[in-house]
Amino acid sequence: MAEGKVAFELVSPERLLLSQEVDMVVVPGEEGDFGVLERHSPMISTLRPGVIQVHDGGSVAERIFVAGGFAEVTPARCTVLAEEALPVGEIDRAAAEQRLSDAKDDLIDAKDDAEKASAERQIKIAEELLRATG
Amino acid sequence: MPNLKDLKVRIDSVKSTRKITSAMKMVAAAKLRRAQEQAEASRPYAQRMERMLGSLAAAAAGQAGAPKLLAGSGSDDTHLILVATADRGLCGGFNTSIVREARRMIRSLLDDGKTVKILCVGRKGRDQLRRDYGQMIVETIEDVAKPSLSFDKASAIGERVVSMFEAGEFDVCTMIYAEFRSAISQIVTPQQLIPFAPPKAEEGEEETGAGSNGGLEGAVYEYEPGEEEILSALLPTNISIQVFKGLLENAASEHGARMTAMDNATRNAGEMINNLTLIYNRTRQAAITGELIEIISAKEAM
Repeated sequence: MAEGKVAFELVSPERLLLSQEVDMVVVPGEEGDFGVLERHSPMISTLRPGVIQVHDGGSVAERIFVAGGFAEVTPARCTVLAEEALPVGEIDRAAAEQRLSDAKDDLIDAKDDAEKASAERQIKIAEELLRATG
Repeated sequence: MPNLKDLKVRIDSVKSTRKITSAMKMVAAAKLRRAQEQAEASRPYAQRMERMLGSLAAAAAGQAGAPKLLAGSGSDDTHLILVATADRGLCGGFNTSIVREARRMIRSLLDDGKTVKILCVGRKGRDQLRRDYGQMIVETIEDVAKPSLSFDKASAIGERVVSMFEAGEFDVCTMIYAEFRSAISQIVTPQQLIPFAPPKAEEGEEETGAGSNGGLEGAVYEYEPGEEEILSALLPTNISIQVFKGLLENAASEHGARMTAMDNATRNAGEMINNLTLIYNRTRQAAITGELIEIISAKEAM
C-alpha cells in the first residue's frame, strides 16, 4: 500500500468496476458530498444519485455517475457499492432525457404511494444524470 | 426379421437426434462459460455487502428497535419458499432435484403445522409443483434469464418479496437454488433470506472483536445518515443481491447440467447408431446370402 493513498473500489452487482489506489475520492453521500483521504475515520454512508470524483496525481482522474448505493470507508480503503454506475463520458444525453420523461410519465400514472416514490426516485436519478453531462 | 427400410429410417432418425443433442451441448457449453463469468463477476459485490452488513447487524441485533428484516416478525408460522428453477427442460436432473428438495421442505413444514407459500422463479418448477401444491403457489416469474439475467430483474423479485413480507404475508423466506460447483456437480442449496442470517464464520469473528483482523473491522463506524436508516436501506438491497446471486448460480448450474446431459445423450445416440448399423448390415448380408442360395439351388435343379 503506497503512502498517502486510498484503496478505492467501485462495485456494481454485475461486476467490479474499478479497483485502484488513488489520492482522494469525493463521494456523493446522502447528507452531502464527502472526500475520502487516507486515514479517514471508519464510516458507512448511503449515497444519493450523483457523481463520484476520483482524484489522482493532482487532477480528477475519473468521474463516475452512480444512481445510489452505499459507501464503506476505513482508514485504508473506500468501497462503494453502487446500484448503477456509469462513467460520465459514456452517458448518453438523449437516453437520459428519455429516462427523465419516462419517469415523469410514471409519476403521473402512479396509483399508490410506493409507485409514486419509486417514480420520484427515478426522476431524481435522471435529473442528476442530465446534470452530470452538462 | 427387421425390415431393411425400417432400420434405415431408424438410423437416420437417431442420427438427426444426435446432431441436435450435440448442438445443444455446444450451446450449453458456450452459455455456461458466460454464466460462470457473470457469476464470478458478481461475487465482489456480494462479499463486500456481507462484510458491511455483518458489522452493522452485529451492532443492531441486540437492540429492541431492530428492523424486522433482521430480527424477524416474531413468529414463524408462514413460510415463503422461493423455488428457483430453469424455464426449460432437457437438463438432466437439474429441475427435478431442486423440486425434490422443495417438496421435502414443504412436507416437513406442513407436518409441523406451518403454512407454506410458494413463489416459483422458472417455469419448470411451477410445472412440477402445480399438481401437488397448486393452491400454495402465489406467483410464477418466468423468463428471468431472457435475454440475459440482469440485476434489475433480480431486484424486482427481491422487492416483491420484501413488500410481501412488510404486508405480513409470511414470516420466514427461504430460497432454494442449485449452487454451481462444476459442470457435473450442482448442489441444491436452501438459503434463508428473511430474517437475515449472517454467515456463521463472521459471527465468531464479530464476537472476538479485537482479534488480529477484527482490530480494523471491529472499529466503530460512523453512520451517515443513521444506523437504522442505513440498515433499512441495506437489508432490502441485500435480499435482491442474494436473489441475484442465487439466480446466477442457478443459471450456471442449469447450463452445466444441460451440457452434461446432452453429452450423455450424444454418446448414447452414437452407441445406438453403431448397434443399429450392425443389425442393418447383418440383415442385409443375410438377405444377400439368401438370394445367392436361391440362385445356386435353382441352377443345380436345372
